[in-house]
Amino acid sequence: MTGTGYFTSVDDVFVKLAETGYLASTAVATTVYLADRLGKPLLVEGPAGVGKTELAKSVAPVAGARLIRLQCYEGVDEARALYEWNHAKQLLRITAGRDETWDETRTDIFSEEFLLTRPLLTAIRGGDPKVLLIDETDKADVEVEGLLLEVLSDFQVTVPELGTITATRRPFTVLTSNATRELSEALRRRCLFLHLGFPDEELERRIVRTKVPGLDETLTASVVRVVAALRAMDLRKLPSVAETIDWARTLLALGAATLDDRLVRDTLGVILKHQEDVEKATAGLRLDTL
Amino acid sequence: MTTPAGLPERLTALVRTLRAHGMRIGPAETLDAARVLEILGLADREQVRAGLAAALLHTEGQRAVFDPVFDVYFPLGVGAPESARPAGDAPPGDVRAWLRDRLADALAANDRAALTRLAAEAVDALGQYGNSPATDGWSAHQTLDRLRPETLLARVRTATQGSGGGSGGTGRGGGSGGFTDRLEADEIRRRIEDFRERVRTEARRRVAERRGADQVARRGLAPTADRVDFLVAGRAQLAELRRTVHPLARKLATRLAARRKRAARGHIDLRRTLRGSLSTGGVPIRPVLRRRRPVRPEIVLLCDVSGSVAGFAHFTMLLVQALSDQFSKVRVFAFVNRADEVTRLVTAGTADPEGLSARILREAAVTGWHGSSDYGSALAEFADRHRDAIGPRTSVFVLGDARTNGGDPNLDALRLIRARARRVHWLNPEQPSSWGTGDSAALRYAEVVPMHACRNVQQLSALIARLLPV
Repeated sequence: MTGTGYFTSVDDVFVKLAETGYLASTAVATTVYLADRLGKPLLVEGPAGVGKTELAKSVAPVAGARLIRLQCYEGVDEARALYEWNHAKQLLRITAGRDETWDETRTDIFSEEFLLTRPLLTAIRGGDPKVLLIDETDKADVEVEGLLLEVLSDFQVTVPELGTITATRRPFTVLTSNATRELSEALRRRCLFLHLGFPDEELERRIVRTKVPGLDETLTASVVRVVAALRAMDLRKLPSVAETIDWARTLLALGAATLDDRLVRDTLGVILKHQEDVEKATAGLRLDTL
Repeated sequence: MTTPAGLPERLTALVRTLRAHGMRIGPAETLDAARVLEILGLADREQVRAGLAAALLHTEGQRAVFDPVFDVYFPLGVGAPESARPAGDAPPGDVRAWLRDRLADALAANDRAALTRLAAEAVDALGQYGNSPATDGWSAHQTLDRLRPETLLARVRTATQGSGGGSGGTGRGGGSGGFTDRLEADEIRRRIEDFRERVRTEARRRVAERRGADQVARRGLAPTADRVDFLVAGRAQLAELRRTVHPLARKLATRLAARRKRAARGHIDLRRTLRGSLSTGGVPIRPVLRRRRPVRPEIVLLCDVSGSVAGFAHFTMLLVQALSDQFSKVRVFAFVNRADEVTRLVTAGTADPEGLSARILREAAVTGWHGSSDYGSALAEFADRHRDAIGPRTSVFVLGDARTNGGDPNLDALRLIRARARRVHWLNPEQPSSWGTGDSAALRYAEVVPMHACRNVQQLSALIARLLPV
């Protein structure tokens, strides 16, 4: 079996992730379990603030693994993602060993000591359990995607001077994407696909209870219901779980006991980030009747 | 055809159907899906659904097709529901009222298991039509028509308020005047809509048992939003399309930026290369590339907004408007039989895309003496009155089905526009095989300007990425 073997069943995923404070839906738990058993990378897509990155961060402590993170951005390249030779150190080594023959120096300066490993190589080398998080994959250039293909399908990297390095133990790999750019079909093919949408009301209520335990239960339910109503509206940026939690924290800080028109209108800016959305929500929730 | 028996056959049949709906699923994914079934077993249906989706799907848009197909090939049960009509519990003839009572209770309590059960019973009791084996079946439409769940709204509201604890068993603070009370009606409406979807799923399942899963899964399902034909899209589908405008615009902008980057390199400036080669004895060692002036092109849209093609025109208007930061100027003109500028309306319309078409028809002079479209006079008026909108940097896109209602197509006006503009393209929402049939002047226009078939969002986005100037 090529899997990472961190979990024993889908229920096990539920329980263990809940211990770290991540409440998973059935889809999330099932897909994480499958990624674990099949040893395939997990591609997580979804709107901002639903917990894509958080998922990888929660798996790491459960598995007792080290979290290695590659943050993608426009212009990230091989030297940032994979490995780089430490040129300065190599130069020092050459000047230090002035009397040596060229052959001795050459074999010496291209050894592990002078290799700077970057996230992808780090995740593959060594036998300890690791979770590799490739964050915002869609921000990287297409060339980097090509690089990822080799790494993610065989979990091996070729360094010309050292030979091919193959993972002795596969990392649990999570790629996240906001879909600003369509990822290539080839990359998608190598991954299990998980769309992380907004949770249903029941789950969201539990999430808010976990993250903001101080908030009154009735108020939590009301908060979740209002957010659900906002999501049903045709808004430019729908509020996600992060905003729900922010709002719950705000209400807790304000010491509110129940929701009323004024309170909602005053705090709407916490959940909605565009003026037109605020106007639409004001009309939709009939806040302007006062 | 009948539903295949074994699990591997069932899985491959599911994959075949998904492929028939335009998804690209290779054998490797099918193998993964088989491994998923091996690992998960069949104990929990929702886990199987999530697992297969993870292995087979590549984008979220495919989910809308996958779910109903999954329901057909991995049905919840077989035959009539076991709970249907327990003997003596309800007198025949009064089944409908009995179902409605229980449905109202289930909606009030938001009990999803009960809703699924009720959907099954409702289809069983009310949805059957025909009586010969060849023509009979189960109809979701008939079930819903008889059950009329939407009329339960008031009753459910009274029930939830009476019991004091609405959704999820949580009461609202401060008695009956709580803030969340106003959300109640919409919440119940969403639950009813959810119930209707369950009835549709159940009806498909029952028909699939009778006719074979393959047939139902291929015919009885709506295509993904980006493959819906503009000309036949309904209101709900157009609304769904409008929601995709902004994500699509973002993707197209990235693609345009990539094209712009590519276009910026590669042209050698011969004069400056030779001049530079003098310092190396006439050998052009260092080629000098031509510098590009950063010019943002201008776009003019000329849209037919008459009834038949309005959906297509409005979607394209909103899309180009969302892309407007990519261009120095975007101007939109609408016509039915007269042409008028509507740029201002479209810009304001992004906040309320649904009312856009009504506002254009009301506030812009797009119709003259009559209400049917006339390409000839509209093109003439555009070429005459709005001539200044077109310059050597302008790309003009004409949107319409080129059906002139028998009038003069006025090719000269189009030639005039072509002569002034940098480029003219015609996007036609009809399929090429019907161009030139009946009153369509598409083929005659196509001799003057390049005409492209643009039937759905998929084709439109491909065309925009290719045709828009960078």
